[in-house]
Amino acid sequence: MSILLSRDTPIICQGFTGKQGTFHSQQAIAYGSRMVGGVTPGKGGSRHLDLPVFDTVVDAVRETGAEASVIYVPSPFAADAIIEAAAAGVELIVCITEGIPVHDMLMVKHYLAGSAVRLIGPNCPGIITPGQSKVGIMPGSIHRSGKVGIVSRSGTLTYEAVEQTTRLGLGQSTCVGIGGDPLIGMSFVEVLALFEADPQTELIIMVGEIGGRMEEEAAQFIQSQVRKPVVAFIAGSTAPKGKRMGHAGAIIDGNAGTAAAKYAVLEAAGVHCVHSPAELGARAAALLEG
Amino acid sequence: MNLHEYQAKRLLAEEGVPVPRAIPAFSVREAVNQARELGGPDWVVKAQVHAGGRGKAGGVRLVHSIAEVEKTAQELLGKRLVTAQTGSQGQHVAALLIEEPSSIARELYLALLVDRGQARMTFLATQEGGVDIEELAATRPEALIKLVVDPRSGFLPFQARQLGFRFGLDASQVQQLTRIMQGMYRLALKLDALMVEINPLVVTRDGRLLALDAKLVMDDNALYRHPESDELFDSTQQDGREITARQFGLNYISLDGNIGCMVNGAGLAMATMDMIKLHGGEPANFLDVGGGAAADKVTQAFKLILSDTRVKAILVNIFGGITRCDLLAEGIIQAAAEVGIHLPVVVRLEGTRKEEGMALLQESGLSLITADGLTDAAVKAVAAAQG
Repeated sequence: MSILLSRDTPIICQGFTGKQGTFHSQQAIAYGSRMVGGVTPGKGGSRHLDLPVFDTVVDAVRETGAEASVIYVPSPFAADAIIEAAAAGVELIVCITEGIPVHDMLMVKHYLAGSAVRLIGPNCPGIITPGQSKVGIMPGSIHRSGKVGIVSRSGTLTYEAVEQTTRLGLGQSTCVGIGGDPLIGMSFVEVLALFEADPQTELIIMVGEIGGRMEEEAAQFIQSQVRKPVVAFIAGSTAPKGKRMGHAGAIIDGNAGTAAAKYAVLEAAGVHCVHSPAELGARAAALLEG
Repeated sequence: MNLHEYQAKRLLAEEGVPVPRAIPAFSVREAVNQARELGGPDWVVKAQVHAGGRGKAGGVRLVHSIAEVEKTAQELLGKRLVTAQTGSQGQHVAALLIEEPSSIARELYLALLVDRGQARMTFLATQEGGVDIEELAATRPEALIKLVVDPRSGFLPFQARQLGFRFGLDASQVQQLTRIMQGMYRLALKLDALMVEINPLVVTRDGRLLALDAKLVMDDNALYRHPESDELFDSTQQDGREITARQFGLNYISLDGNIGCMVNGAGLAMATMDMIKLHGGEPANFLDVGGGAAADKVTQAFKLILSDTRVKAILVNIFGGITRCDLLAEGIIQAAAEVGIHLPVVVRLEGTRKEEGMALLQESGLSLITADGLTDAAVKAVAAAQG
């Protein structure tokens, strides 16, 4: 088992024939992902990487039965692409694109509210179920199938956790990069719920960052709903106030949003917190052995 | 992107929000001319910087003669204003706003911003205008009122009535408040604003509502669809290295320590700073070279770090995903050839083409300190900076 993605999931790529779409689709195909086609408006009817190209997502879904879509289109067109996929009935949308305007994401969030569509990202590495399928830009080679579920707001910190759990022989069930933007699709809570229900996942590694309240919400959820051990690291303990996360978020959240506040609520919820990302793997290993 | 008070108030005024009579000035002569144009007998001279806390720092002064306007303008223009929010370096003052004084009966606070948790535009208000809003949010959150705007309807007048009557405004003032909130909402949508803040929103002694000070933050990711943002941008308000970094697509933030950092990915860059501090050092910067960094970008990043004379050691921490370690190594070698690196450099490479990258660095003859893993890298960098 795994969550969200398996070797059977049929996947299309939006922005298929572009540089990013081409490179990462090649990598995905080589990894074993079930890529079934792609979308580039104006190139419908042609073939690319030996797969059919469609003008619209509706065409692609009708012809291929795609259930997932990965989006590499440039940021000005990304919100349109996300909603196009959702409107065409795609159940899992993975948006890699970074730099999408916040007001565009407000529209996307409003559109998706109450629907069954799952959006991962934007501004994320994507999702991988090791040994089965990868949708996104992560290096496949560092992963091994195993028992740790990883959910993270940061791409490269996900890789750190993956490398450590692979080296220690734990492996990963599924790794989900939920994205570093202020407004994203799936939250920690939604992914944690899936890992809790997944029989393959024995332990969850969660990598958070300063800003927002998503880690605080995760802490509350873990306390009441998660029985599996959770190991967490929060990046940004030393980040100066107001520099990166801006003023607006901090005001609405009151004192929350700092790494210290997030660590405090996570500890209180029984999460095993580490203050160095280098310790994520070792802590996970110790908990699984003990 | 932050806007100045005079820009934010001009834009608000265009949306029907009442503001005091005021004219910006970019020289002492202009300040005097604007003061004459406004007419006396009193004026407020306000330094235009991208930071709050100006009043307490002497950046907002009430003056009573043209001679005083001139003297104040001389004192402020071209200087750096240090406020509680600027850091010790302060912010350059390139513009003043010469304004007619207002007779204030009450001060309110009103802001419109993006609430991340709700994924909605949200008004935030309190009767305690002019306060430090973050402080208030932390200590007495119950004094803050939140009004979430439903995207199906947009902002509606009933929300202004809810707020206004609760604040004890009379019917005519509630009507004014409605127009102000509608104007703020229109402006936020029109400009892709992340925040429109009026602080304080004053009630004058003759019962009028007036935006006495305003802040506006535009979304950097949306500037491509706002050509007008070019003329609103003020490069004097930014760290020189941060501007250079932006030109090369690097995400750089200047800090106070002595260990220069070059990392790929924002999360890992923050974690690297945390690791340095955990092991007793101080980072000189946050620098994310981004995904797929090429040799040229790495060279620019090195130049940027080296231009900070406080830097005593450099830590390169790369986890190659799309970023290839061999290309990164080439960038380091190229930078060493172009600018010369006379500081200790600790390099930790992991991921895609790690071996090739390490081999290139070893063959280059550069005296680098290689590290294995995050902890080793941080420990070695801290030791190197202590010399």
